Amino acid sequence: MHELSIAQSIVEIAEQYSEGSNNGAIKEVDIEIGELSGVVVEALEFALENIVSGTVLEKAKCNFIIIRGAAICNECLKEFEMHNLLDFCPHCGSFNRKIINGKQLNLKSIKI
Amino acid sequence: MCSTCGCGENENVRIYRPGEADEKTGDKIHAHLHHHHHHSHEHNHHEGHHHSTEIQVGADILSANNLLAERNRGYFEALGIFALNIISSPGAGKTTILERTIKEIGGKAVFSVIEGDQHTDNDSKRIQELHIPVVQVNTGEGCHLDARMVNDAVKKLAPGKNSVLFIENVGNLVCPSLFDLGEAKRIVIFSVTEGDDKPEKYPTIFHTSDLCIINKTDLLPYVEFSTEKAKEMALRLNPDLKFFEVSAKTGEGMQEWYNWLLSNSKELNRQATSKD
Repeated sequence: MHELSIAQSIVEIAEQYSEGSNNGAIKEVDIEIGELSGVVVEALEFALENIVSGTVLEKAKCNFIIIRGAAICNECLKEFEMHNLLDFCPHCGSFNRKIINGKQLNLKSIKI
Repeated sequence: MCSTCGCGENENVRIYRPGEADEKTGDKIHAHLHHHHHHSHEHNHHEGHHHSTEIQVGADILSANNLLAERNRGYFEALGIFALNIISSPGAGKTTILERTIKEIGGKAVFSVIEGDQHTDNDSKRIQELHIPVVQVNTGEGCHLDARMVNDAVKKLAPGKNSVLFIENVGNLVCPSLFDLGEAKRIVIFSVTEGDDKPEKYPTIFHTSDLCIINKTDLLPYVEFSTEKAKEMALRLNPDLKFFEVSAKTGEGMQEWYNWLLSNSKELNRQATSKD
């Protein structure tokens, strides 16, 4: 349940960026989660629900924005969509690839 | 609630030497990471339809951990400390591998150990019997070590220059994979009794590790386990992964691991010394 640590970090960052605001002051929070980040959205949602009480995020609506994964093949140099870590290059079948998108875990914005 | 800063994080993390487990001697620390740095960020003070203000944050949620991990890494590199983050599921044989390694090549390198477990100092007591400096981190409810815990543990441990630091993570193949501790190399261990589809089931840790140790090979005749299949799947996740097949019980295959460990730590020592 590493999502609990991630949720704690989200609260800390939100507190920092809304300095001086009261508990429950944030109305909405946008969180970007990459498909290849290793974080399960449902688990994060659950973790957040359990820890936001008494914080600026107490009443916030959490919007999760899923960032699609993408990789570039080191063999044929073509780009392809990568939805999980076992996906291989659909053009040449190689597993030798570099992930270029989808590992993000970002707190994008808050609405007060 | 944490009494120092009022945060809601787990106050149950304790870092102590084995045998000093009582409340008074164990240092309690914050399991979480405070942001002490300032982001440059823009405030968009525009009035929305609901009279709300949107603040663009754009912060990596793991940045506090990652920054502290880099501080740890810089410290390790400067002192020639070869730090290894050792991750496996519970019972794969992490501590047994460390014990055998320290017993067999303790004369060829200087070792120290950080033991991570939710509870107890059982593992650090095992290491202490080998007369090796060891610090126990109990994470309480936490399912992984983070860079802050390692930073605090290292201060207590004070590992020597040009040494090898084993950081034995909490037994878990999922959660530790997201948390950089500042290690030089990450090692995933799994045993043949766990099944050859382990890499497929826990892809992130295999994707992020440098080395994979397959343990308990002495049990291969008794279990359905294809080493080839396990390795093939792990290589799909990470084409650069190196493997060692060992039995920490019989010692089979351990020499290759020792060779890797000693040559890599010497290389780091050499680099650190050349900077003096």
